[in-house]
Amino acid sequence: MSDYAVEALDVVRTFKDGEVRALDGVSLHVPTGEVFGLLGPNGSGKTTMVRILSTILSPTSGSATVNGFDVVKHPDEVRRSIGLAGQYATVDENLTGFENLRMIGSLNHLPKSFVIKRARELLEQFGLSDAANRTCKTYSGGMRRRLDLAAALVANPPLLFLDEPTTGLDPQSRQDLWAIIENLVEGGTTVLLTTQYLEEADRLCKQLVVLDHGRIIAEGTSQQLKTRLGNTVLALTFANTSDANLAGVLVKDLSDTPANIDGTVVEVTVANGPAAAADALRRIDAGNIALTGLTLREPSLDDVFLSLTGHKAEEEEAPIAEDAHSRSPRKARS
Amino acid sequence: MSLTGISPTLPIQAQKSSLRWAVSDVLTIARRNLLALVRIPTSLVFAIIQPVMFVLLFRYVFGGEIHIRGLDYVNFLIPGILVQTTIFGAIGTAIGLAEDLQRGLIERFRALPMARTAVLAGRTVADLIRNVMVLIVITIVGVAVGFRPGGGIPHYIEACLLMLLFAYCVSWGFAFIGLAAPNSETAQAMAFPLIFPLTFASSIFVQVSSMPHWLQGFANNQPVSQTADAVRGLMLGHPVGSSVWISLVWSLGAILVLAPLATARFRRAA
Repeated sequence: MSDYAVEALDVVRTFKDGEVRALDGVSLHVPTGEVFGLLGPNGSGKTTMVRILSTILSPTSGSATVNGFDVVKHPDEVRRSIGLAGQYATVDENLTGFENLRMIGSLNHLPKSFVIKRARELLEQFGLSDAANRTCKTYSGGMRRRLDLAAALVANPPLLFLDEPTTGLDPQSRQDLWAIIENLVEGGTTVLLTTQYLEEADRLCKQLVVLDHGRIIAEGTSQQLKTRLGNTVLALTFANTSDANLAGVLVKDLSDTPANIDGTVVEVTVANGPAAAADALRRIDAGNIALTGLTLREPSLDDVFLSLTGHKAEEEEAPIAEDAHSRSPRKARS
Repeated sequence: MSLTGISPTLPIQAQKSSLRWAVSDVLTIARRNLLALVRIPTSLVFAIIQPVMFVLLFRYVFGGEIHIRGLDYVNFLIPGILVQTTIFGAIGTAIGLAEDLQRGLIERFRALPMARTAVLAGRTVADLIRNVMVLIVITIVGVAVGFRPGGGIPHYIEACLLMLLFAYCVSWGFAFIGLAAPNSETAQAMAFPLIFPLTFASSIFVQVSSMPHWLQGFANNQPVSQTADAVRGLMLGHPVGSSVWISLVWSLGAILVLAPLATARFRRAA
C-alpha cells in the first residue's frame, strides 16, 4: 500500500449533462495517519468529493484510489476499508442506537458476536450507553452525530470520511466530537474531513486544501495557510462611509490581501495584529480621520475567501473576469 | 471519552459466499423496515386498522345496498378487501424508500460493502411479510363478521399465495415511484392516483357488470380484477376460469419490467 490513504488525480464531476461542474479537476494526496481537511463554503464541491471517494458517485473523469483500491474498478474493496459519517449520512430514526450499530455491522458482513461486542464498546465510549435502547428519534443533535460517527467506526476502518461532522452542533458537542476525532487519529486512523469552519480545520487538520467552485484555490499545512492569509483581522469602524473609504486607502498596504470595506467598517487581514493596529492608528491619526471603533479577531472562512479569491464565501458571483467562465450555479448538495 | 483499545485493524469478515451475504443483507434491511412498521404508530394504523375499517364500512354501511346474485355480500367482499389491502401496502414501499432517500440513509447504505440490490429487495420483502400478517388479521376479522369461505384450506392458502405474489410484484413499481419522487409526500401523491382506479374500478367491491359500459372494458381486463376474481373463486370454491393464470402472467410480467426499472433508478438515485 502506498503512503497515501487517498490519491485523487484531476477528478471532474459534472451534473445535469455537464451544465454544472461540481468538481473541476481536483487532485488530492492524503497521507495515512493524519487528519486532512477539505475547507470550503456550501457548494464548493467538498461533499461531491467525499461521495466520489466513498464510491457513492462516480467521477465524470479523472481517477482516485482509496487505501490503494480504485474507486471505480474496485468499489467493494474501497467500501470495506472506509467509514463514512457526517451531515448527510444519517442514522435510522426508528431504530435504537444499538440496533443502528448492529445493522451497520451486519451490512459490513462482520461476525455477529464481534458486532454486538463492538456496538456496546462504541456506545460506551461515545457516552451513549444510557440511550442505547432508545429510538434515535429521541436523540439530541449531538447524540445523533456521535452515533453516526460510531456507525462509521463499527468495522474499524483505517480511513474515515467525515463530511461536515460538526455543522449545526452546539459548542460543547463540537468540542466532544473534536476530542473523539483526535483520539481516533492517535490510534492510527486516517481522517478526511470537510468543514466550513476555519477553527475546526485549524484545530484538527495537519494539511488542508481550500475548495471554491470545485477547484483547489489553496493548499498546505494549516500553519502555511495562516501565514499566507494572516492570523488576525483588524476591523476599524468610522463615523461615516466617506471616512471609511479614505481610511481604506491609508491602511491598504498593511496586508498583501485586499482590504474589505463594508459601509463604515474597514477590515484588513494581517499577520501581526497589535503591530498592524498601532500602525493603522498612526496613519489614520495623520490623515485626520476620526476612528469610532477598533477590534482584532480571528479570521473567518469569509476572510479566507476574500483573501484568496477577492470574493466572499457566500457570494454567488465573483467580480473576477478571468475565471468567470468556470462559475457554475450552486447546487444545494454538491 | 477515551478510545483506548480501538485500533484501526480490519476484523476478519465472516466467510460466506456472496449469495449468502446477499440474502443476509436483504434480511437485515427487511428486519429494519419491519421494526419501523411496529414503531411508527401511523404505519400500523395504515397497515391494519384501515383495512379493518374497510371491512366494517362495506359490510355494515354500504353492503346492504349491494346485491350479488347467489352470494352473501360478505363472502364476495372479504376476498376483495384482502386483495385491496395487499396492493395498498405498496404505497408504503414508495413512501418508505422516498423517506430513506430524503434522510440520507440510502447514501450510507451505498458506502457499505453490502449487496447493491438489498435495499430494494429488503424493502419489498418487509412489505411481503407485513402483507402476510395483514392477511391473517383480515381473515380473522372477516370470519368474525360472517365470512364463510367454502373452498377449503388448501385453496385458501393458494389464493393467499397468489395475491401475495401479485402484491410483491406490484411493489417493485412503487419502489420505482419512491426512488423517483423528490420526497415522501410527493411519493404518496404519485402513488394514490395509480392505486385508486386499479383497486376501485375493479371487481374488488362490486361486480363489474354493475358498472357503466365504458368502464367495464377496463375493469374486466385489468390485473387487479383478474387477481380478485381468482382469489375469490379459490376461497369460495367457485370456478376460477383462466383468472389464476392471467393473474400469474401479470405478476410475472410486472416483476420482469418493474424490478429492473427500480434497480436502474436505484443505481442512479443520489
